[in-house]
Amino acid sequence: MQKNLKQKIVLIVAVLLVFIYGIIGIPSGVSGKAFKDAITSRIHLGLDLQGGAHLILQVMVKEALNAETDNTVQRIQQDLKAANLAYGRVFKPSPLSSSDDPNAKPEVIQIAGVSPAQASQVRTILDDKYSNQYDIEGGNGDVPFSVTMKATEITSLNQRTLQQAIEAIRDRVDTLGVSEPVIQQYGLGDNQILVELPGISDMDKVKSIIQSTARLEIHAVVGGPYKDDQEAAAAQGGAIPPEDMVVHGSGSMAAGGSDEVYVVQRVAIVAGNEFRSADPGTDQNTGQRIVNFTLTNTAGDKFYDYTSKNVGQSMAVIMGGHIREVARIDNAIRDQGYIRGSFSQDEVTILSKMLRTGALPASLEYLEDRTVGASLGADSIREGVTAAVVGVLVVMAFMLVYYRSSGINADLALFLNLVILLGFMGFSQSTLTLPGIAGVILTIGMGVDSNVLIFERIREEIRAGKAAAAAVDQGFNHAWITIVDTHVTTIVSAAILFLFGTGPVKGFAVTLTFGLLANLFTAVYVSRVIFDSHLTKLKTGEMVSI
Amino acid sequence: MEFFRTVNIDWLGKKWYFLAFSLIFSVAGVCSMVWHWQHIGSPVPLGVDFKGGTQLQIQFDQVPDIEAIRQATVAAGINDASIQNYDLPVRHEVLISLPEQKNEAALDTGRQQIVDALHAHYAGNPFKDSGVKVDVVGPTVGKQLQRKAGLATLYSMAGMLVYLWFRFQLIYGVAAVVACFHDTLITVGFFALTGQEISLTVIAAILTLVGYSMNDTIVVFDRIRENLRMSRRETLPDVVNRSINQTLSRTVLTSGLTFLTVLSLYIFGGRVLHGFSFALVVGILIGTYSSIAIAAPMLVAWQQWRTGKGKSAQLPAARRARV
Repeated sequence: MQKNLKQKIVLIVAVLLVFIYGIIGIPSGVSGKAFKDAITSRIHLGLDLQGGAHLILQVMVKEALNAETDNTVQRIQQDLKAANLAYGRVFKPSPLSSSDDPNAKPEVIQIAGVSPAQASQVRTILDDKYSNQYDIEGGNGDVPFSVTMKATEITSLNQRTLQQAIEAIRDRVDTLGVSEPVIQQYGLGDNQILVELPGISDMDKVKSIIQSTARLEIHAVVGGPYKDDQEAAAAQGGAIPPEDMVVHGSGSMAAGGSDEVYVVQRVAIVAGNEFRSADPGTDQNTGQRIVNFTLTNTAGDKFYDYTSKNVGQSMAVIMGGHIREVARIDNAIRDQGYIRGSFSQDEVTILSKMLRTGALPASLEYLEDRTVGASLGADSIREGVTAAVVGVLVVMAFMLVYYRSSGINADLALFLNLVILLGFMGFSQSTLTLPGIAGVILTIGMGVDSNVLIFERIREEIRAGKAAAAAVDQGFNHAWITIVDTHVTTIVSAAILFLFGTGPVKGFAVTLTFGLLANLFTAVYVSRVIFDSHLTKLKTGEMVSI
Repeated sequence: MEFFRTVNIDWLGKKWYFLAFSLIFSVAGVCSMVWHWQHIGSPVPLGVDFKGGTQLQIQFDQVPDIEAIRQATVAAGINDASIQNYDLPVRHEVLISLPEQKNEAALDTGRQQIVDALHAHYAGNPFKDSGVKVDVVGPTVGKQLQRKAGLATLYSMAGMLVYLWFRFQLIYGVAAVVACFHDTLITVGFFALTGQEISLTVIAAILTLVGYSMNDTIVVFDRIRENLRMSRRETLPDVVNRSINQTLSRTVLTSGLTFLTVLSLYIFGGRVLHGFSFALVVGILIGTYSSIAIAAPMLVAWQQWRTGKGKSAQLPAARRARV
């Protein structure tokens, strides 16, 4: 019995040391600062405690889908030409005109005007090249072919777009020099991204880094410059044809150039992710700031193809839906070129960085943003810790007074509970939020419940006349099942909270769960061992102090 | 020291008083919620998490003058800002709220406008960036969060029901869930009555108190089950009374201690956790009360109803799972 007891005590001390290690690791020294550093490197503070910025962004995945099907339209046209098959038009009957248009169906492409004689050949080509990703229907008689992207393909495209956006944002956020930024998919809705930047409170700076100039493309100019939209439509014969679109902007370099209207082809010649690199530079002739860019190989081929056939035509550089520059094609360009504009030094650097890290595949919309200033965060920490300390002291004092020496037992178990809880958090690198501190306080209250259950039962057994050892034994046995029941139900609540909650609430669920698990160990095992070691010291007939 | 040495209170005899007490508070709560629904469109005031909008908490260097701040915002063209003191006056903090937007387009403009307005028209009492907390929530996220919070609460209660069904019998589960539902209703009613906002942390508190109320009910049920096994002669009401009396000491102590820790949070924990700690303070008291006043009498009532219909009169002691 003695040896068994010694082993148990050794186990408990070992557990204590392990979890103390979890909290502070191996501190570099014994000064207060060394401890503080050691703790903060293991237990991270949430945004509401250390201050920082929090954003939720919606990725407009329909835009990427739109761009992809635009691409496919071009490829179909090339394939049909290459096979010498005549067609009327390849177009999208319901393209995306604005990012949040709910009625647009950019995933549908139609091929009209195919003669019935060639219909089956067309069908063969379509089946051959596109049936993996698209459903192909129609083509009989007057019904045009309809090529629709498969639902599974759309889903996987959306997922890729989301991942690309996350990567691009991560690159851009790096320039802010934030330690431990959080950029990940956000589960509350579809295609949402969560960005958390501890230590940064200037939301404007964050947004300008992340969101502005989302997309950069080069389009062929059909007509312009016009004074306004009506003039543009009139010049096109009354209405803008569906394969073109109207864009505003300034086509000249002059600063403050008046807002002009151009009609450009809807399908871009070259789009954002086809830029391989971009660097700031200076125009040899004019001394203007420019951005030198290089395209990827495939894009370079495409660009060369286009520019060599269209010398003398104009093309427009469009950023974020606005024209930045209209340039005339003087000769064929393969994959190296430059963009001129009225840029400041900062703009040139930022633009280059954005092109380099790959433009965002789709534009982003804010759903939510929050910032917490550092001094308010510090206030929260102070308040939370004060409440916790007062709570712990009150509970410990009460247990001592009400249960006498057994109260020491309960207090030791409580202390160990807190150590294990914080150690858990250190090991799992979880984040402590203000509700998390509340969770710690709640754990204290609920944890002591187990001790009360056991002690009350022991008192009952003593009243019923049992001897010390038997009373303790019975007390633990009867209380055990109830303790398990109560802990399981609360942990289930906490688990549901963790699944459904957002950041700070998740922190609460985590501390509550860890605390209760720790409590299962301390209130039952550790308390029992302390009682047992106390019992061995009792003389015969002496009763436990409870 | 011992508070409850030998207690022998007839709890079930008082069940009509309990019922009246619960009804009064429930009805008061529901009436208040209906009133709120008619005036603001939701049964309880919703925090910015759920209804969207912009909220700035700013800490000034000196005591803020609410009127001057209001004039500053109006001077900048913002007419619908709500400005109030936040936390203790010694903290110089002010809460400025703008109503929700219909869509995400203008989401952040309000914040910038307010900050600019203060810099321009209230420059005498400056504030630092590190003393500002901003929450801007668009309508999309707000609605999604409402849905999630509702689902979480429902799943929680369903989970409890299943667990208790498994550990005891269905009637025990139903009685416990009714008690939990009663607790939630009265707690939310208190929020409506006192006009406090429900934010996501308050929902967390409510889910916690659901778990806590279950705990409490389980302790009583466990003892009832144990006593039923041991004595076949006593009537059910007597067994239930005895069980409650035996567990009274533990119940009051635990609730008392948890209540003390939560009270500490309410007093010292600051304004951010205010709603959270208020929900727990009310919830713990009501949760303890409901185990004795709602759940236990329900068991007896069910058995009496079944006896009245001629079915088996013995409340099954239920299998005791091996742990």
